[in-house]
Amino acid sequence: MSNLQNWINKNTYHHSEFWDLKKLVEIKEKKNLTISLCLPTLNEEKTIGKEVIIFKSELMERYPLLDEIAVIDSGSDDNTLEVAKNFGADTYLASDILPGLEPKRGKGENLWKAIYQLKGDIIVYVDADISNIHPRFVYGLVAPLIYRDEVKYVKGFYDRPLAFSGNVRASGGGRVTEILVRPLFSLFFPDLTAMIQPLSGEYAVRREVLEKIAFPIGYGVETSHLIDVYHMYGLEAFAQTDLDKRVHENKPTQALGKMSFGILQTFIKRAKALGVFEKAEHETILRQFQVRQNQYEQNLIEIIEEERPPMIENAEYRKKFGK
Amino acid sequence: MKDIKSLKKELPGLAIKLKKYREVLLANLVMVGEIPAPTFQESKRIEFILNRFDEAGLTDSSIDDAGNGIGVLSGTDSKATLLLNAHADTIFSEKTDHTMQISSDTITGPGVADNAIGLAAMVTLPYILEDLDLKLKNDLVLMAGVKSLGRGNLEGMRFFLENSSFKIKNAICVEGIQLGRLSYSSIGMLRGEITCRVPETYDWSRFGDSSAILTLNEVINKINDMRLPRRPRTSIVMGSIEGGSSFNTIARDATLRFEVRSESQDVVERAGETIHDIVLEVSSKTGDDVELDIFAKRIPGGIPYAHPLTRCARVVMESLGIEPRLAPSISELSALIDKKIPALTLGVTIGERTFKTNETIQIEPIYKGLAHLIGTILAIDGGYCE
Repeated sequence: MSNLQNWINKNTYHHSEFWDLKKLVEIKEKKNLTISLCLPTLNEEKTIGKEVIIFKSELMERYPLLDEIAVIDSGSDDNTLEVAKNFGADTYLASDILPGLEPKRGKGENLWKAIYQLKGDIIVYVDADISNIHPRFVYGLVAPLIYRDEVKYVKGFYDRPLAFSGNVRASGGGRVTEILVRPLFSLFFPDLTAMIQPLSGEYAVRREVLEKIAFPIGYGVETSHLIDVYHMYGLEAFAQTDLDKRVHENKPTQALGKMSFGILQTFIKRAKALGVFEKAEHETILRQFQVRQNQYEQNLIEIIEEERPPMIENAEYRKKFGK
Repeated sequence: MKDIKSLKKELPGLAIKLKKYREVLLANLVMVGEIPAPTFQESKRIEFILNRFDEAGLTDSSIDDAGNGIGVLSGTDSKATLLLNAHADTIFSEKTDHTMQISSDTITGPGVADNAIGLAAMVTLPYILEDLDLKLKNDLVLMAGVKSLGRGNLEGMRFFLENSSFKIKNAICVEGIQLGRLSYSSIGMLRGEITCRVPETYDWSRFGDSSAILTLNEVINKINDMRLPRRPRTSIVMGSIEGGSSFNTIARDATLRFEVRSESQDVVERAGETIHDIVLEVSSKTGDDVELDIFAKRIPGGIPYAHPLTRCARVVMESLGIEPRLAPSISELSALIDKKIPALTLGVTIGERTFKTNETIQIEPIYKGLAHLIGTILAIDGGYCE
């Protein structure tokens, strides 16, 4: 078994492994950890109320896993902040945090400012547009950090292999992940292909890590996190948790184009700085995921892009056409 | 609390105190309500409720053979048992998107009023009672009932009453809406389906003059012509029709779902017989198969308006400023009445668009509804309703 497959087996969880919230809270308290939940928003009045209610009831009042729930907003036109505040979240406008800085508008800005504003040793980020919200979206991500001191960054993914009766099926992320990020990682950072959904917006991270990495303001934030944390701490700092189904609005292809453009900018900047472009010249393995008997495994596909030279360099061609 | 007067004084304060349980209650509402539970397929929802009962430390929580979720909150002086019931099934299929949406004032989603909020109130009750340090003398049995609606025909409740070892002295049924609802009696009811089918061997050369829809139309006209008495009050509800498959093919089958309701059992039965005759008549006239399937019945009965239990509930309502809306019921209450158990049905909040996927309830009235429920439980437990 390859090292990467070993890593996947050891560090890939399913949220149901962490159902015992009482035990989780006990260990959290024993380790004297504080945990903050950050919900970055922009016009999410339809879903934010439910997220705040579920997390507050289940993970603050019934089981005190979270020490604060904060909504950090980019300037919504709708009632996002009013609804969130009404149900008991702490609400902030991103532009009011560190007001001396030139304001920037984007999700990454909110995530970054959360490090300054929130007090937790661990910050959990959950997108605010999830309509099938459930406490697992938080406890599934913080549990590996609570149980294992060496883990620093836990990423969520959404693809449940259970309920599947056949042998093997393809598995993985969304369109941008499969078309852009996974091929890029396969070429330049093969280890990072072990992340099943590198772009998911749900992750929990220790403060000591968050305060040391840069934050792209726009679409590149998740990609840059993975590269930077990997560069600083190696793959062992990561874990990932299957959070089952996540229901949210699908984006049109054009929006995915914008997203990809942002991710590419972030990626190229980092790849250049780390000098990985040259290293990738002989890499011909694309690493995708498949599920076999409830286990995630990498599917390695060799794709060799061979080339022919320009025809004019061919002697027979030149002879035939008298060139 | 010495008598109901002191209880009355405390209730308005209780409604205000209950506001602090908003997130816990609404989280329960969302989590219960987002688990689909069409009649006969409630098991996932019941499992979730059982988990909550266990977490609240209820003794003897279990799922009975019918599938009902049962939890027992033991009293300090377990002499009598009060049953609190909320039906767990909904009219929505598993395929319906059960996502709930929460705004500052309302919650919208299929089945939120009928009966996710009723279930949430029941499931949250042990948590609230413990947090407010309200201890009951008598045992309180909480029951999330299955197979209640439509063809379920109260099967879950009937099974429980036939087979459980609890000696139920009084019962309260919780329905999501409407706040102020006070049902203490059941009307007579008969629920059925009439299905018309054009036989397979039908002579298709008789162009255009046969359609299951036309046959059903004949049945409907005849039912509509039935003479119903004004007193005792009686009505026939034509609930839904279904039939055919396209614009240009003759409908092979058509179905009518209906209910006869009356204050008099005799009238219900006579109406049932008349409908049976109509079905036979139309069937022989048209040559189509017309079938009548009666699958649910209720017998009128209940406690009187002046019964101490009803009076108690009214006193509690009055102290909370809730206007009572008296209405007979054909839900679980009927099964309890059949067993001569004094029982009431109460509503939790105000809502609209019932039975639609955008069913909506208001959040603010919930506190009063909960106070009403808890107040009535305390009054029964205190022995003021005897």
